[in-house]
Amino acid sequence: MINITTPLTEDIRENLKAGDEVLLTGTILTARDAAHKRLCDSLKKGKSLPLNLKNAVIYYCGPTPARPGRTIGSCGPTTSSRMDSFTPALISLGLGGMIGKGGRSDEVKSAIKRHKCVYFLATGGIGALLSTKVKSAKVILYNDLGPEAIYKLEVKDFPLLVGIDSKGRDLYDKAGWKKE
Amino acid sequence: MREISVSKIRDTVTELCLKANFELRRDVLKALKAAFKKETILRAKNILKAIIENAQLAKKKRLAICQDTGLVSIFLEIGNDLTIFGDLEEALYRGVEDAYKKGYLRKSVVDDSLKRKNTNTNAPCITHIDIIKGDKLKVTVSPKGFGSENKSAIRMLRPTASESDIIDFVLEVVKSAGADACPPLVLGVGIGGTFDHAALLSKKALLRSIDTRNAKKHFRALEKDLLKAVNSLKIGPMGLGGKTTVLGVNIEEFPTHIAGLPVAVSVSCHATRSAEKII
Repeated sequence: MINITTPLTEDIRENLKAGDEVLLTGTILTARDAAHKRLCDSLKKGKSLPLNLKNAVIYYCGPTPARPGRTIGSCGPTTSSRMDSFTPALISLGLGGMIGKGGRSDEVKSAIKRHKCVYFLATGGIGALLSTKVKSAKVILYNDLGPEAIYKLEVKDFPLLVGIDSKGRDLYDKAGWKKE
Repeated sequence: MREISVSKIRDTVTELCLKANFELRRDVLKALKAAFKKETILRAKNILKAIIENAQLAKKKRLAICQDTGLVSIFLEIGNDLTIFGDLEEALYRGVEDAYKKGYLRKSVVDDSLKRKNTNTNAPCITHIDIIKGDKLKVTVSPKGFGSENKSAIRMLRPTASESDIIDFVLEVVKSAGADACPPLVLGVGIGGTFDHAALLSKKALLRSIDTRNAKKHFRALEKDLLKAVNSLKIGPMGLGGKTTVLGVNIEEFPTHIAGLPVAVSVSCHATRSAEKII
């Protein structure tokens, strides 16, 4: 088990290998389909982003609302591949890592390799359990998107696997089956 | 003629939405525990252990099993000796809305597929109605996440197709879902009817306990063959390898046309949720 903290600087990223079990502590930003679309629309229009992605970690997640007395509701990962067409642009801005579930496209893999980024896997469908690792949660952008708003989460020992490492090695390639 | 008011149905929908989202189905949990014992790869075992722990925590703390609390499908079986008073559609929508508010569940429904503004209520829901004999009403609620829904598929096979052609199609669907649909999966397979009816049958198949086999012998055999074939893919929990790619395969079938053999596969994740009640 490897303990890492944000910001996810290049030296941390370079030391992670596909298949490593990691406990992440620090700040992560949620963003899923609608938020990715907005961020990339801004970039297309030549605007700068309303948040700094340098060495940041994006979590593909849309949590359930928090019950009174709790920090956050269930908060597991959503399917990463839906973000694939937006991802290379964000990686090129210095994004440190992404957290999601499932495989990524070849374009994303090569962007990861080129910029020494890291793609982490969180276990899907265990959002209640993962909510216990979140110490604070606050919407910082796109509040109107509801569950798809960008939340800033402070997490402690958030359990992850390295899915694609900074050299582009993919854990799914070693899983013993091939997607057609 | 028995009479029932829609307010009773609304309350039942709320109760069932909450139950389905907080309490993992007993048959699914049982299959997960059996899979945990069977897996030998440590990573697969650890994932299954976390899934089981998550179900226990969700039930205890009344937290959603998964943050994707779904688009709700409601299946009504209405007895032909039962009269329902009031606006049924409105009652179903309000029942969903109440549950998603009260239960702190995620509102995942947009008002228009292209304009995509969140309705903020998780309504509307999808409704299917069957008329049955008697004076009772059976309400079944199925909140289904879209990570798996996106991987569902239908194919109109030739009438001369064999069981092995059906197996090939199902394997194709499961391979294309890969790790994305949160395996170990539950598969609902609808065979026969029309294009639309096969899809509905596949959804209904997911509502049946995965411990229960099809009533017809040859479909029962096909369910077993499919389970074996899919698990031999070794996709495993979260697609990271292992013996458990599916927890269960249920088939529902219907007569069809001489020219066709529709086959629909509803892909569902390890958090396959539903709850039912007869009122």
